Amino acid sequence: MGIPVAIRLWVLGVVAVILQLTAVSQVTLLGVTADLTPLIIMAVGLLAGSVAGACMGFGMGLFVDMALLQTLGVESLIGVAVGYGAGRLRELRDPSHTLVPVAAGAAATAIWTVGFSVMQFLLGVDAPVSFLLARDILATIVVNAVLALPVYALVRRAVEPYLPDDPRRRRRRAYTTGGLSPISRA
Amino acid sequence: MYDRNVRRRRAVLLLLVGGSLILLTAYFGEAAGGPLRSIQRGFLEVLAPMQEGASRALKPFSDLAGWVDDTVAAKGERDKLVSERDQLREDATRADSLARENAELRKIVALGEESGLKSSRPVTARVIARSPTIWYATLTVDKGSSAGVEVDQPVAGPGGLIGKVSEVSGGAAKITLITDSTSGVSVKVALTGVGGVLKTAVGKPDDLVMDFVSSTEKVKRGERVVTAGSRSSRLESLFPPGIPVGVVSKVDSGELDVYQRVHVRPFADVRKLDFVQILTRPKTAPELTAQVP
Repeated sequence: MGIPVAIRLWVLGVVAVILQLTAVSQVTLLGVTADLTPLIIMAVGLLAGSVAGACMGFGMGLFVDMALLQTLGVESLIGVAVGYGAGRLRELRDPSHTLVPVAAGAAATAIWTVGFSVMQFLLGVDAPVSFLLARDILATIVVNAVLALPVYALVRRAVEPYLPDDPRRRRRRAYTTGGLSPISRA
Repeated sequence: MYDRNVRRRRAVLLLLVGGSLILLTAYFGEAAGGPLRSIQRGFLEVLAPMQEGASRALKPFSDLAGWVDDTVAAKGERDKLVSERDQLREDATRADSLARENAELRKIVALGEESGLKSSRPVTARVIARSPTIWYATLTVDKGSSAGVEVDQPVAGPGGLIGKVSEVSGGAAKITLITDSTSGVSVKVALTGVGGVLKTAVGKPDDLVMDFVSSTEKVKRGERVVTAGSRSSRLESLFPPGIPVGVVSKVDSGELDVYQRVHVRPFADVRKLDFVQILTRPKTAPELTAQVP
């Protein structure tokens, strides 16, 4: 991964967090606000791999912690888990189905929200767990799953042209366009 | 090459997780004016103008999205409130109906105690249908021959007499009201004993007329009218004596007329009856006379 991609990812992360804090957080859907942060991290992980995903997760998490004056390290730790997980999914399975970002987005949001709640409790927030929290987490996962596909498409548009070509994807593209297909040869 | 990649990946992961944990521990353990918090505050100072600018620039979009969300929420809230309102209306209607039923039943019980109707084996019946015309002629109640109801038994409502049973089936009975044009009840003024026959004018259920009252008799407004319970060989009264019927509201008497017309306002409002009492064993006049020592 070259410097141009790193710069693009950095800009993407900064813009996404500012957008999240200034606009997206003010809009409620199903009684909750969408959270673009885990979706962006997931998308970068799926497109650029585990190392880039983990770095993006750490960076965005730290940025959120800094901007919201939260305990430093909480969101970045969860972000590392989300980005690394999405990257490993790509490296091990290389899923190509169109709806993979939806499932991955839902999983990323689940890890992000549940992880944050767990961390808060571990850090000593002394509050009883209410049904409302579970409902909000579920609603956030649903809302984010709906937004996952367009967010993934935007990130892909912004990042993919600058990523080094993956041999497996190149092979798959060649098959789907007919270049290396045994049928086309016949 | 593969090993190098794996090692690099693991090293990066370890570094990031370690960094996060170090940050977490350091931040958690430091005092309010510690270096990390100072950095955080400084970062916020730098970020705040950017946030403000972005917030202003994106306000129309967030307002639009907020408006859509508010509209959807308002629609949901409206539907919820409409169903709540309907439920409350239903409850209020039911409460009103129950209160009215309660008042009627109380009056019926009071009538039974005052007029000695208890010994007439009264059967309380609910009105299940009423004549939809302005003639206020008939009612249908939910008690019939299975409850001991028979044709011609007198029927009392809240306040006083309302009519008689005219048809009976197993589980229902038809009541012909005293306001029916064919009805005629022999009544008397309770205080003076001046007698007459009570008839009705169509469409005026609250204004009965006591006919065949001699012009020489003195009848005053406000006097109570009760059933006479007469037993003549020609026309036997179906109604036991002493059941309150109404109160004298007006007296019409011409100088040349033989009879005066005494207007009676019935105690029972036949337009608003929910419960009635059918006297299944009405006491006739001789029986009552025999009881008097």
